Amino acid sequence: MSELTGTAGMVLICIGMAFDFFGVLGLVRLPDVYNRLQAATKCVTFGTAGILLGVFLIQGFSVFGFKAILGIIFVFLTSPVAAHAISRAAHRSRISLTEKTVVDQYEEDHQLEEGPDVSA
Amino acid sequence: MRLVRWFSGLVFVAGFLYYDFFVFEGTLLVRLINVSLFCALFVLFRVIFGPSPADRIVAVDILGILIVGMLALMGLHYQQNFFLDVALIWALLSFVASLAFAKILEGRQLDE
Repeated sequence: MSELTGTAGMVLICIGMAFDFFGVLGLVRLPDVYNRLQAATKCVTFGTAGILLGVFLIQGFSVFGFKAILGIIFVFLTSPVAAHAISRAAHRSRISLTEKTVVDQYEEDHQLEEGPDVSA
Repeated sequence: MRLVRWFSGLVFVAGFLYYDFFVFEGTLLVRLINVSLFCALFVLFRVIFGPSPADRIVAVDILGILIVGMLALMGLHYQQNFFLDVALIWALLSFVASLAFAKILEGRQLDE
């Protein structure tokens, strides 16, 4: 039983590290702030949380494992809030989107609220 | 572009000089820690050469998350559980710093 959970933990750690690597690759390669944020927050939801879950599976119900569980809960609670705040601030400070953007409904809502001339 | 090439070459030379950065013989955990250090190198590229301020803020946020995972792996490698305390504090400070950076980027003061 202990070997089974250890192997499962190592598999989870490997998958989490692969997610981290692809997220960082997206952070380097994608053309826009919003695209980069969308790729990079994939690091959080399965990358780091997968690594911490693998650490919990390897260590079992000990002090080490419960600290890993606390880390998962904390990261899941705080990281989407930070990502949302960053993207909202970027859009409000007029950082331009890429040329291939099809639709920008947040900008349309702003123009409905404040009138089209405020943004210019 | 020339600066990027100089920087990558410098990193390669420094890595080969120290030799510990490219460990080819080691356990799986040591190799995974090396992969995460390499990811941190990519994130530092985005921090230095990011075209807009928001890129740098996103990169710093993701660097904090990456380091939390790396500290968990290091705690597993050395069998010491104070590394996870460091990881929790790092995640907390990274969250607060991201919110403060976002507020400054939006153009508001911190006490609004």
